[in-house]
Amino acid sequence: MTTESGTFTPAPGRAPMRAILRQQVRMELLLTARRGEAVVLAMGVPLLVLLGAGLTEATNVPGDDRLGFVVPGVLALTVMSTAFTGQAITTGYERSYGVLKRLGASPLTRPGLLFSKTAAIGCLVALQVLALALVGVVVGWRPELSQILPAVGVTALATAAYCGLALLLASLLRPETTTAAATLIYVLMLAAGGIMFAAPDLGPAGSFLLPLAAHADALRHALTEGSSVPVSSWLSLTLWAAVALTGAARKFRWE
Amino acid sequence: MTAIEVRGLRKTYGSRSAVSGIDLSVPHGEVFALLGPNGAGKTTTVEILEGHRRRDSGDVRVLGQDPAVGGRAWRARIGIVLQSATDAADLTVVETVRHIASLYPRPRAAAEVIELVGLGDQAKAKVQALSGGQRRRLDVALGIVGRPEIVFLDEPTTGFDPHARRQFWQLVRALAAEGTTILLTTHYLDEAEALADRLAVIAAGVLVAEGTPATLGGRAGAGATVSWTGPAGQESELTADPVALITKLTAAGVDLPGLTVTRPSLEDTYLALIGEQR
Repeated sequence: MTTESGTFTPAPGRAPMRAILRQQVRMELLLTARRGEAVVLAMGVPLLVLLGAGLTEATNVPGDDRLGFVVPGVLALTVMSTAFTGQAITTGYERSYGVLKRLGASPLTRPGLLFSKTAAIGCLVALQVLALALVGVVVGWRPELSQILPAVGVTALATAAYCGLALLLASLLRPETTTAAATLIYVLMLAAGGIMFAAPDLGPAGSFLLPLAAHADALRHALTEGSSVPVSSWLSLTLWAAVALTGAARKFRWE
Repeated sequence: MTAIEVRGLRKTYGSRSAVSGIDLSVPHGEVFALLGPNGAGKTTTVEILEGHRRRDSGDVRVLGQDPAVGGRAWRARIGIVLQSATDAADLTVVETVRHIASLYPRPRAAAEVIELVGLGDQAKAKVQALSGGQRRRLDVALGIVGRPEIVFLDEPTTGFDPHARRQFWQLVRALAAEGTTILLTTHYLDEAEALADRLAVIAAGVLVAEGTPATLGGRAGAGATVSWTGPAGQESELTADPVALITKLTAAGVDLPGLTVTRPSLEDTYLALIGEQR
């Protein structure tokens, strides 16, 4: 039906969603790479915690395998820092700059954006976790590799959950407020324990309710002890991921 | 099937009624302009048509689809020129256009679109370094790069210098010539007159007039003012038939230096129309 296409001849067609998602994920990664320094800086705190709590007697850690306790916790913290805090802040600003509105006017669609952002953050998280794990190994951490797949699995769930929560937060609050809230939550989680020092006795409930605690706990079981990830951790993270992503899909606002 | 079909559109924000029952019908390939003062409901109406805002009631179809549930395929056929002026990242003009183009099934070439909107020299510049007018041109490029069937332009030439506005009008005319439907809101009456096939005036959430630029508000039949410099000074007479009057005067041997015949301008008509609504 379309004959000679002029410069402006309307020519609607279908693009496979795959191609669109690939393009958007590429763009998300490109933007992150351009903010490279920020990404490296973001690793500063986890690194400090790893070296400080892992190598010195500065904090009170259960058991005598300091690194075995601290390193998985630091890995979990990094995932949260990138997939929740960093993501919330960036998205909040993208929303206020009109970047999201432009994407909303395109065929990307809301689920398309959620997927792209989660996938891109997943790549970033993978790199950071690998880098920090390497540092851990260099200073003496000896992980068990038999449960590496479940470890990756819980990390993927945690990443998805944090992403969903980040996008939700960025949709509900103004950018400055989003930044403040995301940072506050990060600090609270860091302080609540389970990362640098033994958590106050929150009991199994605490570990279940807080995604960071559940994730850290799961990683300790998988990587330090080589035992299977407790069901409660799987349950907690799956629920968090489901709720967060559903919430984000519903409430996400382009502007 | 029309490109845009609206029946009984209503939208309230809390207790304030922004749009109180609007009907619109825009056939394919038409350039339609929406005029109105600030707060009249133009932007709300356009945002509802674009699928950016939910309506309270009324029937809306854009390219046969309800914008509230428009999915990916619908979005690929719609072009929206936004007023998002800034960009959070360090992207260049070309990178930005290429990225948005990549989200569409059959986009135009980025370089071509950039040239068309007059940003050829700024292609490699960072978006953050562009002036306000240049950013608006980038917004236009991003709105048309997907080769849409219908383009929404909300006050598009705000911030353009006169030369840039003329260039923009040429662009709109070229788009229209290839069959693209265009819905345009503007404050510039000369722009509405230059571009629109038809236009409508909204005031206080209601359509107060609809027609072509020549016939809006009964402008064509509103009579003309004939003025000339007579022996006693400036003379002028309002008449429905200026030709008859001039013929009568010249037949009577009256000298008519400085003769002018003016019909009410679109601006006069527009101001009168919205004035009635206050």
